[in-house]
Amino acid sequence: MNDKLIIAGKSYSSRLLVGTGKYKDFAETRAAVEASGAEIITIAIRRSNIGQNPNEPSLLEILPPSKYTLLPNTAGCYTAEDAVRTLRLARELLDGHTLVKLEVLGDPQSLYPNVIETIAAAKTLVAEGFQVMVYTSDDPIVAKQLEDIGCVAIMPLASLIGSGMGILNPWNLQLIMERVQVPVIVDAGVGTASDAAIAMELGCGGVLMNTAIAAAHNPVLMAGAMKKAVEAGREAYLAGRMPKKLYSASPSSPTAGIIGSTR
Amino acid sequence: MIGILKVITVNINGAPRQLPDSTSVASLIDELGFTGKRIALERNGEIVPRSAFAAQQLADGDRLEVVVAVGGG
Repeated sequence: MNDKLIIAGKSYSSRLLVGTGKYKDFAETRAAVEASGAEIITIAIRRSNIGQNPNEPSLLEILPPSKYTLLPNTAGCYTAEDAVRTLRLARELLDGHTLVKLEVLGDPQSLYPNVIETIAAAKTLVAEGFQVMVYTSDDPIVAKQLEDIGCVAIMPLASLIGSGMGILNPWNLQLIMERVQVPVIVDAGVGTASDAAIAMELGCGGVLMNTAIAAAHNPVLMAGAMKKAVEAGREAYLAGRMPKKLYSASPSSPTAGIIGSTR
Repeated sequence: MIGILKVITVNINGAPRQLPDSTSVASLIDELGFTGKRIALERNGEIVPRSAFAAQQLADGDRLEVVVAVGGG
């Protein structure tokens, strides 16, 4: 089946995007990423450790840009200015790579997006030639504005980052998908495989997750579960589900020829 | 001789560091052990491309950010 996720003109076979944080070590990170089948993986940009061993392995040696589409993020940024600076550094770090994940947070307790700062950062980044996949709230009006600015994917939360609370407002996700032409990718809130399947059954273009895999008791097993859930949900969406028919039972087996029947 | 060497103070990733005057970005990167490593550097809010490391001289009061890729979601 030729069913690709197309972001900024590039097509991807996997609709599962994964983060690389919170794993116990690089070996587990790599194993989980491989089991997930993800092609796009998010990374963070942080100050290097000055004065510590510069020869310790780096994330990019474990997950090389030649094998994965790296998606540098702005996690931890609370202003448009910090987010833009972070992604300029990321572009330099990754040899001119322009596909990025923008997120500008509103407060450290909820990690809820600050959409005002997000919109300001998106305008600057698009003007500077970045291809912006944007984390946002599930507000359909904001989502449409972000698309109009030129973002290449809209990534609403399903529930708070790292909460594992699942999809709290499927209706808003549908409102966004009705209004936006670029891929809508659920980013944040997925807790287990059924959450990912539900997102895909709703018609989302993909799902981005980190904690749901990394914080599972067995992250590698969960990564495989998420891969299957995203695939199953996508296929169910494409197949078109049967209508729900309460009190209208319809047997699956023939009604004729039942033994002992009088006709 | 050390007495006549001018010393500058630059701020690297939030911490002050004293360097001899006319230190280039490239020699600082070398001193920090980052030569050949995947890093990116911002000087006073502006990106310094790798190609400019050798030519750019640091100045007293410079604020530098040296970053790497780490795991994140």
